[in-house]
Amino acid sequence: MFSPARSWREFPQRYRLEAARCTVCGKIHYPPRLVCSACRGRTFETVAMPREGAVVTFTTIHVPPKGFTEQSPLDIAIVELANGVRVMVQVADLPEADELRIGDPVRLEFRRICDDGEAGLIFYGHKAVRAR
Amino acid sequence: MREVAIIGVGMVECGELWEKSLRTIWAGAALAALEDAGVDSVDHITVGCMSPGLFVGQEHLASLLADELGMAGVAATRVESACASGGLALRAGIAEVASGLADVVLVSGVEKMTDVDGADATYALGSAADQEWEGFHGITFPGLYAMMARAHMAHHGTTSRQLAAVAAKNHANGLLNPHAQFHLKVSIDDVLASTMVADPLHLLDCSPITDGAAAVLLMPLARAKDLAGRRPVVRVTGSGMATDTITLANREDLARLRAVELAGERAYTMAGKGPRDIHVAEVHDCFTIAEIMATEALGFFAAGEGGTAAEAGSTALGGKLPINTSGGLKAKGHPVGATGVAQVVEIVTQLRGEAGQRQVSGATVGLTQNMGGSGGSSIVHIMEVE
Ligand SMILES: [Zn+2]
Repeated sequence: MFSPARSWREFPQRYRLEAARCTVCGKIHYPPRLVCSACRGRTFETVAMPREGAVVTFTTIHVPPKGFTEQSPLDIAIVELANGVRVMVQVADLPEADELRIGDPVRLEFRRICDDGEAGLIFYGHKAVRAR
Repeated sequence: MREVAIIGVGMVECGELWEKSLRTIWAGAALAALEDAGVDSVDHITVGCMSPGLFVGQEHLASLLADELGMAGVAATRVESACASGGLALRAGIAEVASGLADVVLVSGVEKMTDVDGADATYALGSAADQEWEGFHGITFPGLYAMMARAHMAHHGTTSRQLAAVAAKNHANGLLNPHAQFHLKVSIDDVLASTMVADPLHLLDCSPITDGAAAVLLMPLARAKDLAGRRPVVRVTGSGMATDTITLANREDLARLRAVELAGERAYTMAGKGPRDIHVAEVHDCFTIAEIMATEALGFFAAGEGGTAAEAGSTALGGKLPINTSGGLKAKGHPVGATGVAQVVEIVTQLRGEAGQRQVSGATVGLTQNMGGSGGSSIVHIMEVE
């Protein structure tokens, strides 16, 4: 599933958190797309995503998939960012005793997501951490 | 459109069928459906299968299976909508018969999931999520439903005990179904004491990895009546399908299954029925929270009341509306591509009055609800005794 070409073409979104704002209705799409899901508009401008947001829902995965087993247990949340866009991301640096709650403020940080053994690629992207 | 009847049903036992290949499991169910109908030739075969490529390394499946039945030459189509592939196979078959493209259609579903190890099975199932924007971050299917469960709990006060009540009820039903993968009594406390898989979902909130197949035979209603003799004929009166964003983060309300609501509305409209007309239903309980959310989306209970209803016994055998009398995906097993067809086998069996100890007395109208992935697609069918 992971390939060098895929990793390369996703750099703008994964590394720089670039999103697309519909110039017709203003809805912001992350990742960018060709058709607006709200108004079917087809013209967009590139906008940067904010790093700050709050937890909408979350889980702790005790049986992680291939590529993530060394990170078990894996905290994952849907985070609503300050611009209203929701993203699914891991929550990093959460001690076991620290209970996440819906509404908790978080901030996105650039981190290593996983390694792909066969292709030797290391994938980077954003994870949420508690905002202090 | 011509009216469509289900004239035969067939199923093999669900489980870890180490000694049988995908084609053997499938042929068992297909032959059982043909025998049940008293038919030996068909015009078209539809096959619901989610991922033979990832589970057994085989594509081009429908042709392979037609040949396995000694029917090379017949038209055959594989359809895929993740875990809703079986429901989609029925819908595709209905379209064939209703339109007149075919007279007799063998509708089938199959999945062979135990030829790969647990990690590879998790990966294959995970391909029903958005791989680039969900799978990338390490999400699993229990994780996706866990996030919906958490949202449902926050919005409606649903409890882990209510989720566990769904598992306990479906295992109790499974004890009465000879085809079920598990014949074991599970209490609410057993569920709550089982290992946490993805908080708040325990191991016993999750459906298992299963090998299995199911098949039903369709034909125009008039012809089915001639063939059936004194046996009740079951007619498909409603069929609805709908989609939603696969990506969970893009849904406005994480405590609702919009695709199920839409598919349900479409099926009810086509059948001229409503939620209160349904006597028995099989819904897609891949996780306990999924059954609760589906029963709300289908209008059986108001939003937020699915958990209370399950705990109160309203969905148990003998309750107001028995749900998943087969044991559901939870106890009967969840061979993903076969599941949607297996649900239809149970409802037809109920409507014919042939469900034995788990029979819902006087059931004449039944419903099936099949779901793809985390609710990115859903298919609802309504069936009635003619
Ligand atoms: Zn727009």
